[in-house]
Amino acid sequence: MKQFLLGNEAIAQGALDAGLSGVYAYPGTPSTEITEYIQRSKTAIERNVHRKWSANEKTAYEEALGMVYAGKRAMVCMKHVGLNVAADPFMNSAVSGVNGGLLVVVADDPSMHSSQNEQDSRFFGKFAMIPILEPSNQQEAYDMTRYGFELSEKFKIPVMLRTTTRLSHARAIVELQEKISENQLNPPPTSCSDFVLLPSNARGRYEHLLKLQEKLREQSDQSPFNEYVEGSDHSLGIIACGIACNYLEENVRKFNLKYPYLKIREYPAPKHQIARIFEECEQILMLEEGYPMLEELIIGYFRKVKVIGRLSGEVPRTGELNPFLVARSLRIELPESETTPELVENRPPRLCVGCGHADLFNELNVLTDHILGRRIFSDIGCYTLGALPPFRAIDTCIDMGASITMAKGASDAGVHPAIAVIGDSTFTHSGITGLLDAVYENSNITVIISDNSTTAMTGGQHSIATGKIADICRGIGVEEAHLKVIIPLKKNLDENIAIIQKEIDHKGVSVVIAQRPCIQI
Amino acid sequence: MDINIILAGVGGQGILSISAVIGVAAMEHGLDVKQSEVHGMSQRGGAVVSHLRISDQPIFSSLISMGEADMILSVEPMELLRYKPYLKKDGFLISNTKTVVNIPNYPEEQVLFAAIEKYPNRVLLDAETLAKKAGNVRAANMVMLGAAADHLALEPSYLEEAIKHIFERKGERIVQLNLDAFNAGREAANQYLATV
Repeated sequence: MKQFLLGNEAIAQGALDAGLSGVYAYPGTPSTEITEYIQRSKTAIERNVHRKWSANEKTAYEEALGMVYAGKRAMVCMKHVGLNVAADPFMNSAVSGVNGGLLVVVADDPSMHSSQNEQDSRFFGKFAMIPILEPSNQQEAYDMTRYGFELSEKFKIPVMLRTTTRLSHARAIVELQEKISENQLNPPPTSCSDFVLLPSNARGRYEHLLKLQEKLREQSDQSPFNEYVEGSDHSLGIIACGIACNYLEENVRKFNLKYPYLKIREYPAPKHQIARIFEECEQILMLEEGYPMLEELIIGYFRKVKVIGRLSGEVPRTGELNPFLVARSLRIELPESETTPELVENRPPRLCVGCGHADLFNELNVLTDHILGRRIFSDIGCYTLGALPPFRAIDTCIDMGASITMAKGASDAGVHPAIAVIGDSTFTHSGITGLLDAVYENSNITVIISDNSTTAMTGGQHSIATGKIADICRGIGVEEAHLKVIIPLKKNLDENIAIIQKEIDHKGVSVVIAQRPCIQI
Repeated sequence: MDINIILAGVGGQGILSISAVIGVAAMEHGLDVKQSEVHGMSQRGGAVVSHLRISDQPIFSSLISMGEADMILSVEPMELLRYKPYLKKDGFLISNTKTVVNIPNYPEEQVLFAAIEKYPNRVLLDAETLAKKAGNVRAANMVMLGAAADHLALEPSYLEEAIKHIFERKGERIVQLNLDAFNAGREAANQYLATV
């Protein structure tokens, strides 16, 4: 059966067809549609596959690890920066190993379409010393979920499936395979100490992980996803990884190129195939979607052969690849492209007309515009657009939850007012613990939780503490007298300004919940 | 046979439903299709673009190279020009005339349309008005698809089948509305070309 699927949907369908028992995730572009697809899937509903959102990527990862501890197949999905949040269980689960297939799907965002950096998750996979799969098209994304579960169960370690925006968010025809059933419940024996990472156990487990590396390299050299393509012109050889294979093959066909090339879609990188291309070719071009990870590794290794790529400037150092950039790196003469007519203006994203965040920013601007050197610490979500005109209402956006903690640190340094603006979903993801720090020290900060009762930026996923934000604040010790709820509407402007002003003046922790549902729900 | 189409618009205008119809029509008739989409931040009222490629040979890249698009189909006139560098020399421009002015420095309409009208291979139409006549302004997308239908190297009847298939679960009335909008766009485009 054929379907026209997004890369993300291919992963979701692939996992369901490969006997998935649970998906765990927090929304994040470009990974969100994997979980959404499973949430909508009839098969998943019938089989009762776990598919609810988690509070953040760390809790999601640990929940998935619990499911594979019990012998089932689980998948945990996140964007690249989400893996920073989940890094602790990620690194340690490579040491403990797994008892059922665990697929860690990480969607990177080179060119930063919807992200604050373009970190390359393959480094994390290498850091944890686990296999990485990097599909070059949607069919492989589908096939690799099954292959990934098999690898994970064969070697008893987690396997990373790394995609990038252009694969996750492009549709292609995918041929589905036969469905297989879910694993039986199969917890490890109670005497098993693999999952008790006390130093004495962990040392043994770490030795085991190191010993496994040779087997993983052998696996990779024989992998159906690492392929050496012969060519008659040995003046250049090309090593292409993941989606770069597509852009290379596009050019090979169009310009009838005869260079040998190596397509890498499974890591650790296939040692023998790499050695072969270096033996056969005079120069090597590296094409990687992301950081020059392999390029850095091999640049000094085969000294006689020159390596070109992102480090030497043949390929741009930053941003995603495309067929045009790959053609240029292959020294193909291309006609000069036109430029966009000058009258075309930039059209950046903006808050929707009628958005509650907009009214809140207007209130904050009235309140604080006169303060010289005013700083408002903010966070990740639709409200980050408040940094742009016409609002220019916020001054920071670093990572999930950093608004509250940075405001606290600035307040510790003597900044006043120290105001944090955070969304409800971001607050439950990573804001609660920071607020606890501030309550513990009664820091002089004002936290504004702009509560639109959804995870709006990624498309309106359920925000798991909807209706509980005030109770959470009370529960961790915010004083009732300084816990205020306002409704950010134009007609309440004066009243809201008075409330926020009073809380800014209060010497200690205040929380103002600005509550108005997203207009998109 | 290769067709490369750039679909352009503003986040929220729903260009993806146009490419979904073309994609399904191509797949059902044994062609290869790839389509890149924009999700995430830009969907909030920013510029959005989708690359759609159809071929009787396997397609590798989901992205179209500069100067390789056979058509730019835009639901907003300034967005049409943003992707002009992608268009082949003899490529086709099809655009809605309804502007979305959500930035302070949007060009003057007269200047904008003068720039578009420099290109002879074009179709301009007011999709909203045509959709309203067909029964609902929300079918403006299907008007735009109809305007492109005779220039896609796909039988227009394939597109009609795909519309039926995609809107089937919303009931017969919605299917008919979208088919009417599609045909209104097709007719308007042919009239436009006859008069240019």
